[in-house]
Amino acid sequence: MEERKKVMGKTEMEKTLFSLSQEVLEKMGEKDLAIIGIRKRGAILAKRIAERIKTLGKKEIPLGALDITLYRDDLSVIAPQPVVHQTEIPFNLTGKNILLVDDVLYTGRTVRAALDELIDFGRPREIKLLVLVDRGHRELPIQPDFVGKKVTAGENEMVEVKLKESDQIEEVLIIERKQ
Amino acid sequence: MKWTKKDLLGLEELSREEIELILETAFSFKEVSSRDVKKVPTLRGKTIVNLFFEPSTRTRTSFELAAKRLSADILDFSISDSSVSKGESPVDTAENIEAMKVDCFVVRHSVAGVPKLIAKKIKAAVINAGDNSHEHPTQALLDLFTIREKKGKIKGLRIAIIGDIQHSRVARSNIWGLTKLGASVILCGPPTLIPSRIGKMGAEITYSFKEAIKDADILYFLRVQRERQQEIFFPSIQEYAHLYGANSENLKGVKKNVLIMHPGPINRGVEIKSEIADSSSSLILEQVTNGIAVRMAVLYLLIGKKD
Repeated sequence: MEERKKVMGKTEMEKTLFSLSQEVLEKMGEKDLAIIGIRKRGAILAKRIAERIKTLGKKEIPLGALDITLYRDDLSVIAPQPVVHQTEIPFNLTGKNILLVDDVLYTGRTVRAALDELIDFGRPREIKLLVLVDRGHRELPIQPDFVGKKVTAGENEMVEVKLKESDQIEEVLIIERKQ
Repeated sequence: MKWTKKDLLGLEELSREEIELILETAFSFKEVSSRDVKKVPTLRGKTIVNLFFEPSTRTRTSFELAAKRLSADILDFSISDSSVSKGESPVDTAENIEAMKVDCFVVRHSVAGVPKLIAKKIKAAVINAGDNSHEHPTQALLDLFTIREKKGKIKGLRIAIIGDIQHSRVARSNIWGLTKLGASVILCGPPTLIPSRIGKMGAEITYSFKEAIKDADILYFLRVQRERQQEIFFPSIQEYAHLYGANSENLKGVKKNVLIMHPGPINRGVEIKSEIADSSSSLILEQVTNGIAVRMAVLYLLIGKKD
């Protein structure tokens, strides 16, 4: 049995992404800004934010996508192994102000892996973190700079972000698994 | 599709899905070698041993780079100062090294089946890096990867493998791989270098070079392995080069977008002339580049998970 609770729908998602994009533009500016999303849904969100910033501002923002599989610290506890996708960063990171984007922030381990990988690509001037949903329960000292929505979800609950590009629907769900 | 095998011993035992999984994984790994920092921490703490009972430079080096770019520790078990000369069997050698807690062996041996024999006896993963004229799976996988990268597909292509088929593990692994992925394969060479039973593997056979290249999308030239030939299989190198070598005269009448491949090392002027080896249709160096990505993928799939 599982219980599903919808915490964000299509309209709210659109509004949230719009105000997040405005906030990023205000706080980070366009100069030397580059956006990198964590595959898979972080990369989709990164693309949308880059498009909105382009319409709000004047410039095309460099966009990249990160696959953090090779940097995970839990590789040895996941069996069988996760599928490796490609990292695509078609620009030089050094000196850039990077906006790192993911869909859900939970333990912080994914972000830790992403930071390690980013730093292997160069030396950005700064890295800021944007997440659509922060569900708490951090295991590492990592905090987001931009948050779409904070939700409270327990350890037996899953937070799922669904996007039209990957899931044909726009919503955020909290799913409780009952034994 | 999940990888479940402990070892990679040959393409004969792999399914089409398993081959495709390796190729897909290699696609993602190729990007790592183009970074400034050509290293990811994926196999940190894993130990890989190159166990080469037969000399090799490029395969050994390629595995070494692949392992290092995944942050694994790799060491060479060198034949000259080993116990092999003291009479130890290959299985005993492997068991001894395994006792030092090793995760993967890359094995090359001059006798077909030795990697399999070792694989049966030990818990660590075993990769066959060439066992006589039997199989050389990572070479065929990097060839498949290169063909797919250049042509966008493998299914429906026609590949001519030309040269010393009899002594070639590369030819055998490629025949398995190409036919499983839906390509048609035609083998060509002097009759003395094509074993008659190889037709059972699902490839056509011809002794005519013209016939072989006529509709081929890929011409795969094999090295004339003079060091493996105990007897004389053709009258002279000149005659071989004239009848079966890649030169612009012989290649008249090929398809317009034909691509040239060779597993290396090349004998310039024997099976391939410089004018072809260095031409824009030659994929020889790209094969070498792709070898790293494919070997990284294989190492990741074999030892990048919990036992």
